[in-house]
Order: sequence, then C-alpha cells, then structure tokens
Amino acid sequence: MTDLTQSAALSRSEPEAVPALRPGLIAKYVFILLWSAFVVFPFLWALTTSFKDANGVTNGATWLPWIQYRPSTQGWSSLFGGAGGTDITRPYLNSIAVTLGASVISITLGTLAAYGLSRFTFRFGWMRNADITFFFISQRIMPPIVLAIPFFLMLQALGLLDTLAGLILVYVALLMPIAVWVMVDFFNSIPRGLDEMAWMDGCDPVTTFVRVILPNALPGLVVAGMFCVIFGWNDFFFAFTLTFTKTQLLPVAIVALNSSVTPWWALSASALISIAPLVLLAFLVERFLSKGGLAGAVR
Amino acid sequence: MLDLHNLRLAENGVPHLDSITASFAPGTLTTILGRTGAGKTSLLRAIAGLAIPDAGEIRLDGADWRRLPPWKRPIAMVTQQFINYPHLPVLDNVAFPLVRRGEKWPAARDAARAMLDKVGLAAMVDRRPSQLSGGQQQRVAIARALVKKAPVLLLDEPFVNLDYKLREGLREELVEMLRTETGTTVLYASTEPREALQLGDRIMLMAEGRLLDAGDPRAIFERPATLEAAQVVNAPPINIVPLEIDTVARMGPFGTQELGALGRDLAPGRYRLGLRAGDIAPGGPHRARVILTEVSGSETVTHLDLAGLPLVMHEKSVVAHAPGSEIGISARLDRGFVFAANGALISQGASHG
Repeated sequence: MTDLTQSAALSRSEPEAVPALRPGLIAKYVFILLWSAFVVFPFLWALTTSFKDANGVTNGATWLPWIQYRPSTQGWSSLFGGAGGTDITRPYLNSIAVTLGASVISITLGTLAAYGLSRFTFRFGWMRNADITFFFISQRIMPPIVLAIPFFLMLQALGLLDTLAGLILVYVALLMPIAVWVMVDFFNSIPRGLDEMAWMDGCDPVTTFVRVILPNALPGLVVAGMFCVIFGWNDFFFAFTLTFTKTQLLPVAIVALNSSVTPWWALSASALISIAPLVLLAFLVERFLSKGGLAGAVR
Repeated sequence: MLDLHNLRLAENGVPHLDSITASFAPGTLTTILGRTGAGKTSLLRAIAGLAIPDAGEIRLDGADWRRLPPWKRPIAMVTQQFINYPHLPVLDNVAFPLVRRGEKWPAARDAARAMLDKVGLAAMVDRRPSQLSGGQQQRVAIARALVKKAPVLLLDEPFVNLDYKLREGLREELVEMLRTETGTTVLYASTEPREALQLGDRIMLMAEGRLLDAGDPRAIFERPATLEAAQVVNAPPINIVPLEIDTVARMGPFGTQELGALGRDLAPGRYRLGLRAGDIAPGGPHRARVILTEVSGSETVTHLDLAGLPLVMHEKSVVAHAPGSEIGISARLDRGFVFAANGALISQGASHG
C-alpha cells in the first residue's frame, strides 16, 4: 500500500509530457498563422497608409516609418476639417446616435416580441408562431432596393426625410427582425420549467421575464445587440438614399472623401476610425458570449 | 384542507385527469402512486395552476382556486428536473421566493442560510447551480421549496433522476425535514410502491387519469380493491393467473389446484388470481423457462415463462438463473387474490404483508 502511494505521488510530481509535434498539429498551426496574417494584414496596411502622404503611398509597399517613408498626419487631420478633406465629426456622431437609438429600440421591442413568440401560441389566419417568426426575418431576405422607394415615400409623407428620427425609424424596421430572430431562438433554449418555477416562487409573468428570463438571456441579448449595431453602423444604402445634406452618416461621409485623386491616406484613416467602435464593442462584450450561461437551469 | 372535486383535464382528446375527487388534510403526506402516464404530474400541475382543468374545483380551506394564477397560489413545488435559477448563487436561489414575497433581504438571507444548513449545503452558498452535482442541485430546489413554508408542498418524483443510493438518502432526509413542517399538506408523486409504503401517511393510486383507490398505504397493499390497484401497488408486478372454478379450481398451467379457504365461497365461473412475485419460489413441480434475471441490490427478480403464462418471481437473495434455462418453481396459490371478471377483489388468501 505504501509503495503504491509513493509511486502515485512520484508520478504526480513528474512534469506533464509535451505532446509530440504531429504533422496534423503543425499543419493546424501553419493554417492558423496564415489565416491570422490574412486577417491582420489589411489593418496593418491601412494603419501604415493612414500615416503616409501622396508620395509615401505611390512609392510602393513600405512598412517602417522614418526609415522607409516619412510619416504624415495629413490623412488624419483631413478627417477633422484639415486641408483636402472634410470634417467627419458630425457624421460620426450622427452614426452613433442612429445606430445606438435604432439598436436599443430594436432590441427592446424585438426581445419582447421574441419572448411572446417563444412562450405563447399565436394564430394569425393560417400563420402560427414559426410562420410569424419567419415573417419577421423575411423582411431581411428581400433586396434593400425593394424597400427604398416605400421608405422614401413614407418618410417624405411624415416629414422625416433627411432627419435622424427618420433614419432611426427605418433602421428599427430593418434591425428588429434580426433581434426577434436571434432572441426567439435563444428564449426557446431557456426551459419553460424556469418560467414555471418563477411563477411558483411568486413572480407574475412580467417579473418572471425581467428577473429570471432576461438575466439568463444576456448572451442572446449581446449577440442580437452586436448584430444590430454592426448592421446599423455599416449600412450605406439607406443612409445614402434617405438623406440629402442636412443629416449625413459616417459611411456616406467616407465615400464623399473620394475625389478625382483618391486620398488613400484619408480613406485609410477613416476606415480605421469607422471600425474602431465595433472593435471596442467586440472586446467589451466578448465575455458575455461565452457558452454555458444556462448550465444548471434544468438538469 | 385541500379539496379537489370532479377534476377533469384532457389534451387532444386524451384524458389526463378523469373526475378526480379527493381531500388532503393539513399536516399529512399523501403519496400519489401510479405508473408513468397515470396522471400524477397532471394532477400536481393542475393544483399548482400550471395546467388549467377543463372542469372541476380546487379549493384550499374553502377558497376557490379556479381563477387564481399560479404566482398567487400558496404552493411550493419540486419537479423531476432539478430546476434552479442559473444566474443566481445558491443562497440567492433559496432566498428568491422570500424576497419576491416582500421579505427584507437580511431576513430572507438568514432563512435561506438556515434552510441550506438543513439540507447540508451551508458550505455551497456562493456557488452557482451549475457548479453543483445533481444531488446538490436538487437539494437547492428542495431548500427553495421548503423555505417558503407554503401550506401546500407538491413533490413530483423529486428523486427519480438521482442514483439509487442518493435517492434513498435524500428521501429519508426529506421525510425528516417534513416532520418538522407541521400543518403542511404534502403531495408526493411516485412510481415506486416501496417508496409510497415508506413515505406516506396516505396513499392515492392512479391509472390513466383515474383515481383507483385512496387510504392507508399498508391497508391498500394488503387488500387492493381492484386488480388495477393491485398492479399499481405491487413491485415487482403482480402475476395474473387465469382461474376457472366448476367442481374443481383450474389455474392455467398450474393445473387443478386446491384453493382451500381462498376458494371456499367462490361460485363457479372465470376469475383472475393475483399472485405476488414473492409468492413464487424456485424448486417445485412446475417447469418454467427463464426469460430474464434482474439483480437489484441483494434481491433477484426473474421473469419466467410457464407454458405461455408470463410470471415474475422475486427472491430475497442474489441468484443467477441463466436465461433460456428451465427451472422448477412452486407457487403459494393459497396466498393469492381472487378478482372477478370486472377486476373487483372478491377473495384473498391469509397472512399478507
């Protein structure tokens, strides 16, 4: 017995064996490395280009500032009213307001609609819950051009053309289906037994939703929120067709930077500055996206 | 007093509850015994308000519950699944119903701590349900149900998803805890007759949504009113042997038998003899083929075929009868139950228990 214990203790103290570098493992790491380079390279390219001037850009692929090219802040300053550019501060703030406003409204309404579709049985003519859910998402299946003219006419009738409120309204119509679609699926994965247990513990349906279901749907809310923000932030088509000069969003302002001579330095800086909020958001919400949020609900 | 009157519930034309009328006194533990699909869960869900009966009444101390939503019913429930709030630590899980009831957090927390101490989870208060084992998760669910001190406690096969040893241990602990909860009406749904005999002050037998019998567990076990009740209350299942009486008693493959006192007052006709698995023993004149042997703990249940008649034999020892082999068996036919063609018990042998 003593010998066995000792040998067990000895074997525990030995370092863990390093897995052998099998060909499959090497291929995996090579693939990851290549893919990472593929993903990171454009950012690096944009970053270096944003600090170049016309000469730096036309002199070929150079990477090392001060050594290979003379760094210039011309690209960045032109975005804020500097020479040869335009001030994107206003479009930037407009984009933030429209994206956040539309996303918050879409998530709020979409989550409520999704909970209803997940927990109650609806009948609308021949339509049942699954059909109604598909009806929501079908709004995103048709090409945007189909919606452009009706939206234009409606906003015109409401006097909301070229306004932030008008854009928010249109974006809610576009983003809410995404929120409904994501959240229905998520609520369906939350066992109904949890709702019933909350009822047994004295929660009415609203309290059940707010105190029990919503906290457990947080990863779903984050996913839906991310989708809404990404789609809202990146939209060019409706931002272009439903505005004129008064209300400009960032994607339109960036396109407007282009002229007879393509200002690669300014475009690179604007590309970086436009993806910054999304990158920041992704880092902030990453921890909510981990799996296993519902573990321990029902076993 | 919890009263059910003519409770009916059907889904897609299939009756889940068929005219259930019963009363449950405060401070009693009633075991609702029935096989899967007997309507036990439907009954508990109807009482809890989670299923809406098509007809009938549910009253607690005279108050009509028909229009009372589940969240307003003074009820606690533990289900087969170990349902807990995944986003809350164990302590908050148990304190949750108290906080919802309007109790201040310090008082709710203290009560929850005391209850967790009772169920042996005092050291786990800060953990999430997902960090607990199945048995511990069910203890949390039980603690949350008990901490409310609700007048009605519904337990729907709470230990069915646990392993045998844990189930036995937790059941004993629960019974111990319920002893201190005076005044609580406890309904415990179970498929296991042995559990029902151990637990309940009272037993209620159900099959296909109907109430078969209700009363003292031992009395029902010893004298089941019908063949259906005998089938529900016996595990291993009771054997059914065809019985035909004219000048003698003929019992299918057992042949002509002397029934003694059991058959003395029986008129000539066809009957069914219920014979407990324990009243069939190895060694005897009847040759039966072994179909299957199940060893559970220190007991053996053997499924036999006696000239086309399926039989179950229960031995209180571990025996390995090889499937396919033939063994001699004997039956204590004089200890059987005689049921009429309509299933009613009309005669029974002596010394059951």
